Amino acid sequence: MSRSLSCLLGCSLALLASAGLQAADGTTLVAGVFNPPRAAPDFSLRASDGGTLQLSHYRGKVVLLAFGYSSCHEVCPVTLALLAQARRKLGAAASDVQVIYLTVDPERDDVAKMRQFLALFDHSFVGGSGKVEELAAVRKLYGISATRYPTADGYVIAHSSFVYLIDRQGLLRALMPFGHGVDDFAHDLRLLLRETTARQ
Amino acid sequence: MTTLRRPGFLLRHWALFSATALLAAGLAWAALSPIRSASRDQLFEIPKGTWARRMAGNPVEILPAELHLTLGVRDILVLHNLDDVPQQFGPILLMPGQSFRLPFAMAASYQFACTAHASGQMSIIVEPNPATPWARIRWRFNTVLRSQRWS
Repeated sequence: MSRSLSCLLGCSLALLASAGLQAADGTTLVAGVFNPPRAAPDFSLRASDGGTLQLSHYRGKVVLLAFGYSSCHEVCPVTLALLAQARRKLGAAASDVQVIYLTVDPERDDVAKMRQFLALFDHSFVGGSGKVEELAAVRKLYGISATRYPTADGYVIAHSSFVYLIDRQGLLRALMPFGHGVDDFAHDLRLLLRETTARQ
Repeated sequence: MTTLRRPGFLLRHWALFSATALLAAGLAWAALSPIRSASRDQLFEIPKGTWARRMAGNPVEILPAELHLTLGVRDILVLHNLDDVPQQFGPILLMPGQSFRLPFAMAASYQFACTAHASGQMSIIVEPNPATPWARIRWRFNTVLRSQRWS
């Protein structure tokens, strides 16, 4: 009797310990998780590397999708610097992560300007530009708002600053609001890389 | 010989003094008591029957156009769809009975396109942690005000 009781106690403690370990090592994404995940809407735009930018071309990689513009002085440089740092933190695994940055200002951001801008942060980043209506359609698919405000020397654009995490199967998995640090991105990327590797 | 003494000033205005003392105590509590929250979730529910009421021509808002959160207190947005139909807010598709949690880490105003609102936009305003006495009073006052407005 006492033997079975101690066995039961031992098992319970082991279960509790494993649950504690699971919570401590962070097996859930920090970002807001889409549950169930759905296919990330595909698009076809002009890529900053000169070709065609199609999301589906990156199937097999974890994609970080963000929206911004090269004349942005506040949010966009911070986001891009952060994503570059997160990639560096991953080491060799970074080759399986693709950052895609779509402009919300196609009138000023042609592909050459996007290439120049993104190269300031990470040469692997791919930018997307195209016609105004093409970009507006993509923004609608991803729930991105972009509102233009006139300034003395032109205009600025207030835009959504979320970063979308898309897994190797092309599923929209999570949404990271602006303000999260490098560690949060690296954590979620590691999870997605590991998880999808296990699935393959 | 007996002298009739007039009631004292305090006695005559006891109601006013009591109310002032109560208000002062309330303000002191609101200013000095730290804001604690058992959970950092700020829940917004889409009530059952919302879609049906909208279809019947009742212009009911699914969610407020501005959602307010507070960093360090209630900084995890939780949307819960209690309705019988899926609801979409920007990129967030909520099936009936589903929830979506979005943790914020910075005080700012976040916008995303949302067809559920007449403006076509939904704003999530994450306010800084109310660290000063005045900020705590304002936060408590606004929280009560918003809960009254949305209830």
